[in-house]
Amino acid sequence: MFDTLTARFEDLFYKIKNKGKLSPTDLDSALREIKLALLEADVNFKVVKEFLENVKTKATGEKILESITPYQQVVKIVNEEIIKMLGPSSGGISFSSSGPTIIMVMGLQGSGKTSSVIKLANYINSKFSRKVSIVAADIYRPAAVQQLKDMAKNINVDVFFQSGLDPVSISSKGVEFFRKNGSDVIIIDTAGRLQIDRDMMDEIANIRKKINPHLIYLVLDAMTGQEAVNIAYGFNEKVEYDGIIMTKLDSDTRGGAALSVYHVVKKPIEFISTGEKIEDFDLFHPERMASRILGMGDILTLVEKAEEVVSEKEAKLIEEKIYKNELNFEDFISQLRSIKKIGSLDKIFSMIPVPAINKNKVAGKINLDDSYIDRIEAIINSMTVEERRKPHIINGSRRKRIAKGSGSSVTEINKLLKQFSKTRQLLKQYSGTKGKSGMPF
Amino acid sequence: MQKLIRNINYLWNKFKNDNRLFWDELEEQMIAGDISIDTTAMILDEVKKNAYSENINDPERIETLIKSEIIKILEINKNTELNIPHEPPAVFLIVGVNGTGKTSSVAKLASMFKKDGKKVLLSAADTYRAAAVEQLQHYAEKLNLDIVYHQKFSDPGAVVYDSIEKAKAKGIDIVLIDTAGRMQTSHNLMEELKKIKKVISGRINRDADEILLVIDSTTGQNAKKQVELFNKSLNLTGIILTKTDSTSKGGIVITIKNDLKVPVKLITSGEKLDDMSYFDAVKFTDLLFS
Repeated sequence: MFDTLTARFEDLFYKIKNKGKLSPTDLDSALREIKLALLEADVNFKVVKEFLENVKTKATGEKILESITPYQQVVKIVNEEIIKMLGPSSGGISFSSSGPTIIMVMGLQGSGKTSSVIKLANYINSKFSRKVSIVAADIYRPAAVQQLKDMAKNINVDVFFQSGLDPVSISSKGVEFFRKNGSDVIIIDTAGRLQIDRDMMDEIANIRKKINPHLIYLVLDAMTGQEAVNIAYGFNEKVEYDGIIMTKLDSDTRGGAALSVYHVVKKPIEFISTGEKIEDFDLFHPERMASRILGMGDILTLVEKAEEVVSEKEAKLIEEKIYKNELNFEDFISQLRSIKKIGSLDKIFSMIPVPAINKNKVAGKINLDDSYIDRIEAIINSMTVEERRKPHIINGSRRKRIAKGSGSSVTEINKLLKQFSKTRQLLKQYSGTKGKSGMPF
Repeated sequence: MQKLIRNINYLWNKFKNDNRLFWDELEEQMIAGDISIDTTAMILDEVKKNAYSENINDPERIETLIKSEIIKILEINKNTELNIPHEPPAVFLIVGVNGTGKTSSVAKLASMFKKDGKKVLLSAADTYRAAAVEQLQHYAEKLNLDIVYHQKFSDPGAVVYDSIEKAKAKGIDIVLIDTAGRMQTSHNLMEELKKIKKVISGRINRDADEILLVIDSTTGQNAKKQVELFNKSLNLTGIILTKTDSTSKGGIVITIKNDLKVPVKLITSGEKLDDMSYFDAVKFTDLLFS
């Protein structure tokens, strides 16, 4: 369930670490493992070749072979090279200084254009509070316009569409319409197309010519294989774009495509989409991606997400309660809800910096089933306010009632109460020794 | 699809003096076609063995050897027949990750069966994606087929239940169930599919007649994970390989067949309703080499 790339690197470096010194043969086998891992992760084979040469030159150049910490040195070099290969950090969106910013989005069929358009609109809307509107220029796929309209309605964004027109006319009319109605940002969603389909590529080139967008994004599925670079290249030849939106970077997608495209096309990855929720859309950070690949987790993203759902005040309050051993089920349930807001359990787990080897072990043992949280929630919901605030009053008959009310068994209630008191003790100890964490869980 | 191996004659002449480089180059080209490293090594080991033992000095014959190794792999568990029981309705469940082409595949299957004179019912069990129902409705109208759908976000299991009941009442031959796209790692959504599977077997007293995973042929090595995990949850009966008109080489299919043995039953090659055909190992391999 976790990145093989991570696991491979860790296995390898674990072996080297045990040996202390790195011989030239070690370096060669390290390079071979890196090669296999990268290819297995769908990194383009030409890019892999170059990458290996760079690592080798650096590894020999820095005389790491004689160093007493060759393991750290190699990891450092690989990490640096991966970051380099991933391209620059996202610069975000630079808005047009006069008039609305026009953004065009394009890509293959099924790459996730429409979802990305909606997520992008929501992102701009919530981060910059600008008025965003969308033009629906996919006249080919059945119900594509309807899909866009339904999703746009959820985020209160207007959609322009006029039937009977070709995509070029729809786009220019839509842009005119929203220009007059005072939109700050206009996003054009286009139909999916193959980069080798001459008619369809001509069409998008014509849309571009007609509306002259400020920004053009290519949407690319992170699960794409070796072809990713050719797709990225093919689109760029015909309609040069400014950046890439990489989609479907969910838990076990290794994202080798991300490692290759910048390197080959020299167009930066600007945004990544990591799930089906509308908020699962982020700026691209090469350092974070590299640490994910190297098994260092993605704690930065996790902290950021936690901060988004829990205010500092809330966190302080909880800390105080923990310290005074006053934590109760009301706090507990609000914490559970915060966790749920961050994302699914397996997603949170994938961001925690546990080595992949251990992670796989742990993952096999614990059930990352989100419905577990739902069941706990149901149990707590069946408690009276008094019971939630003073868990110690929950006696036998109360337990029976709660079990009945939540559709669970008394054994489950017992288990939860036991776990709760244990957690309370642990947290108390933790807060006593390690000081304040500020983390909600 | 594009050619898997470019210009073997040229390679042969270029590396005349260094056999190893010739084989390395072939290996790279096959990996570039999304065939996994292990499968590539397996194929080339076999080819090398034959080439040396028969003292082959002709690059075109080497190409033929590679081709026949690939056909051998693709013909493992060869079975393109769709399971249609004597007692109707046959129930087909179509699953896959987001954006692979499930709904289009359902429409293409429906069109294929309709041409055979079968009565088809579409079951819109993707109650999640915006306008997924409308998309399927469009096809139902176009092909003049029955369709069962519920409200958005309703229980897909209930849609399936109603679809099968309606199919029984109306003497339908084949029920095609379109499901929402989901990542193979999403525990809850995979559980939902298991539940749908149970609803089906509860209604027809046997497992779904086909459980087909839709795979996009531009997918890389992650496709293995898709087959593995969907198969673990559902016991797949086959694969539909879509978008073979793209520039990708579809080599992932060779890897999937080699590693997981799930049969590829159908391929699609364009946006028209009749751009679907039964998978043919020899024809597919010919395409890779022509």
